Order: sequence, then C-alpha cells, then structure tokens
Amino acid sequence: MKKFTVLSLAFVAGFSIMCFELLGGRLLAPYFGSSVYVWGSIITIFMLALAMGYLAGGKFSLYQPSLKRYALIFMSAAISMIPTIIFAQDIMDMVFSLIEDPRYGSLLASLCLFLVPTAIMGMIAPYSVRLLTESATSSGQTAGFLYFVSTLGSAIGTIMTSFYFVLWFKLDQILWLTFAMMFGAGCIALSVALTNVFSDRAPTKEVNV
Amino acid sequence: MKLLTLLLLLTLVSSAAHAKVIHKERSIYRNIVISEQDDVRCMAFENRRNSATNQACIDLQLPERLVFEYTRSIVAGLAFKPAPKNILIIGLGGGSLPTMLSRVLPDTDITSVEIDPAVLKMAKRYFNYQDSARVKSVIKDGRIFIKRALKNNQRFDWIILDAFNADYIPEHLLTKEFLEESKALLTPNGLLAANTFSASKLYDYESVTYQSVFKNLTILPSPTKGNRVIFACNCDALPETIIDQALYYKLLPYGVDLKGLVSRFTNEIDWDTKVSPLTDQYSPANLLK
Repeated sequence: MKKFTVLSLAFVAGFSIMCFELLGGRLLAPYFGSSVYVWGSIITIFMLALAMGYLAGGKFSLYQPSLKRYALIFMSAAISMIPTIIFAQDIMDMVFSLIEDPRYGSLLASLCLFLVPTAIMGMIAPYSVRLLTESATSSGQTAGFLYFVSTLGSAIGTIMTSFYFVLWFKLDQILWLTFAMMFGAGCIALSVALTNVFSDRAPTKEVNV
Repeated sequence: MKLLTLLLLLTLVSSAAHAKVIHKERSIYRNIVISEQDDVRCMAFENRRNSATNQACIDLQLPERLVFEYTRSIVAGLAFKPAPKNILIIGLGGGSLPTMLSRVLPDTDITSVEIDPAVLKMAKRYFNYQDSARVKSVIKDGRIFIKRALKNNQRFDWIILDAFNADYIPEHLLTKEFLEESKALLTPNGLLAANTFSASKLYDYESVTYQSVFKNLTILPSPTKGNRVIFACNCDALPETIIDQALYYKLLPYGVDLKGLVSRFTNEIDWDTKVSPLTDQYSPANLLK
C-alpha cells in the first residue's frame, strides 16, 4: 500500500513540475516575450531549483523518514506556489521596471516566481527513493523504477498542458489545478500514513551507500 | 473546387522551386532565405516543406512599388489620418512599409520594431531599407517595446501591427491585454492598423478580441488572399475618410489606389460574436488555427 502510494504520488509530482514549468512560459510572455532566452531562463531556474531540491530532499530523508514527512513536502510545495499564482503580475511589473534587458529580466522573474516551489518539488524524488528502498542491492532498481514513474508523469504533464489544458482552461485555472494536485497528493499521503500507522516507518536498517 | 485548389497549390510550389536562392542567413529564430524570380526579390523563412510564405518582396524594376496587397491595404489608413506625426510599426519584414511611408510623409517619425536582428540586416542589404534621422529601427519583442514605451510616456499617432505570418502567431501579440496596451500607447484619436488572417477558425476569436478593446472596427478584406487589415482608433468611432487629391496622386506610383481601397472598407460583422476574446490567461492562438 505504501509503495503504491509513494509511486503514484511521485507520478503526480512529475506531472505537476512540468505543468508548472510550461505555464512559466505563458506567465512570462506578456512581459519578456517568448524568445528562446525566456525559455532559457525558465529552464535554468527549474534545473537550479531541482538540483537544490535533490540535495535538500536527500538530507531531509536522513531524519526519521516517514510518509507523514513526505506529505509535508507535497503540502509545502503546494503552499509555496500560492504567492506565485497570486502575485505573478506584481512581481513581473517590478522586475520589468527594474531591468531593461529581457534576458536578465526573465531570469530574475523566473527566480522570484519558480525557485522556491520547484526546489521543494525537487525534494520529492530522493525522499521517495528513501521510502521505497528495502536493501542496498535493490536500491538501484528502486531508484530506476521511481525515476521511470515520475519522469513518465512529467512527459504526460507536458503533453497534457501544452496540447490540451491551454485550450480548455485559463492560465490561473491550470495553476490552481497544479496547486490542487500537489496539495491533494499531500493529503492522500497523510491519510495513508495515519491509517497505516504500523507500517509508517521506513525500513530502519542502516544502508551503506 | 478541391482540384482547383490543388492545381493552384502545385503551381505555387513549382514557382517557388524555380525561384533562385541568392542568399541564406542564419537567425536565432528562423533562418532566412532571399530568393529572386522574374525581377522580384523576396525574403522567406527557411522551410523544409518547400512551401515557405514570403515575408517581404521588392520589385527590382520598380523598387518603390508595394508588392504585397496587404501592405497597400495598410497604407489606406492614410484616409483616416493623412498627416500622422509619428508611426510605430511592429514587424519590419523587408522594411518596404517604413521606406514607402517615409517618402510620402517626409516629416513623420517612423519607428519599426523587429524581434529578429537578422531580418533587419537582410532588409538593409537586400531591400533598400535604411535608418535615417526620421526612420528608426529597434530590435525588440513588440510587446516588450510597447510596455516599455508606455512606461516612458511615449505616444504614437498611428500603430501598425504586422508581426504575424500564416505559419506561426506570437500568441502574446494577440490578446486583449496587448491590444489594450497598444490602444493606451495611441494619442487621442490615434489610429491602429493590423494585418491579420481571416482564413481559419481563429477568425472569430481574433475579431472578437479586437472588438473587445476597440468597439468599432473598419475592415479592409483582401479579395484574393486570406489576409485582412483591421482599422480601429483610440476614439469612439473612426472619423470619416478624407481623400486628399494630392495624396491620392502621390500614392499611385507605389501601387496604392487610395480611392479604390477606401471603397472596399466595410463595417460588417461577419464573425461569431459569442466566442470569448483571447487574453493573456487564455491565448491558444496557434491551437485554434
């Protein structure tokens, strides 16, 4: 049950990250255009944020790893998206008056809008590996399967957002949808953790890496 | 009818194949091809399907003649505003429009905004475009230029939007917010002219978006192609057209028959007004094509 939960939630996280990233382009276009450097800024910030998130998530997994804490990461990621959704216009207005060059403008705007939520989302992958790993010998396979699931989620999130969501919904609606998916995923993790108290702890046997 | 379209398409493709490529220019956006055929030199974006649409053309025998019908249609805006103090053009192409307008209106300041530096380079090298004291070009995204100009309290008597081509529409240049910003950048009673495409599902959305900002539109449909030029103003209704005889004769050498064009102006609303306007929140323009 726990394994299934972790994998499905990792899928949701992968889906949401790409949803968020693609919408980033939409968000920035009215202020900074949609040239290749705008995408460059967005992808740079996302990669940077994920790198930081992986590091932080790995560290965080050292302290009493549990589904409850896992749920906490999802909820924090969701909540950290709220300022981006609500204040995007004001933040971009400010950056636009501050910086003339649209390259550095879009970079700073991406930093303000996407760094924190994406970094928190980045914590999910290593933490998932920790929750799923049962032994050192199978850890590579576990990590591989986890990345398979979450990256598949990213692929589907990308195609759904760019092909369909932008046609069906307004930008803010899709952003709130992403928020709801992440927050909902956190709630599911929490309820599974609470109903499954006994199996909540991750395997405690020390693993030598 | 289908057969006819096919035949037409075939002749178009084969004629494109006969054109002699004289230069290829690398661009960070889309590579540019300059070709010549029958004394007409054209600029197109490189396209593997051999179906590139020309972005700009110049008649080498009569360089001042406006080759494109839609460019001549845009000039018809002079019937609403015969003496604009300054003009902003979004989308340079070969620069035939600023070149021609600067000759007809020597006292007018003309600023062209072009996103691609390679297009400007080609315009200068192959299409006789030149910057001068009154004619300026700026390399920038059109939306960014307009936002920045608003912050700097600039105003223009006439704004010409010509940044679209049939293959790809910059979606952030076809939203209600963008048109509101453009309208705000117009002087009171300032004129807007936009070259747009009418042969697609986008027609309804595009029309409604313009209508949502400008209320009253005057349209100059193209009799042969899928283009149309939309005229609108920063006022309640566009003024009556005035055709100054001197101006009329001045425009003739450029292939612009002002009287003929004005007689084709229409206010008819032939689109579905129930669709919602495109906004920064909802702008899948390329998916609606």
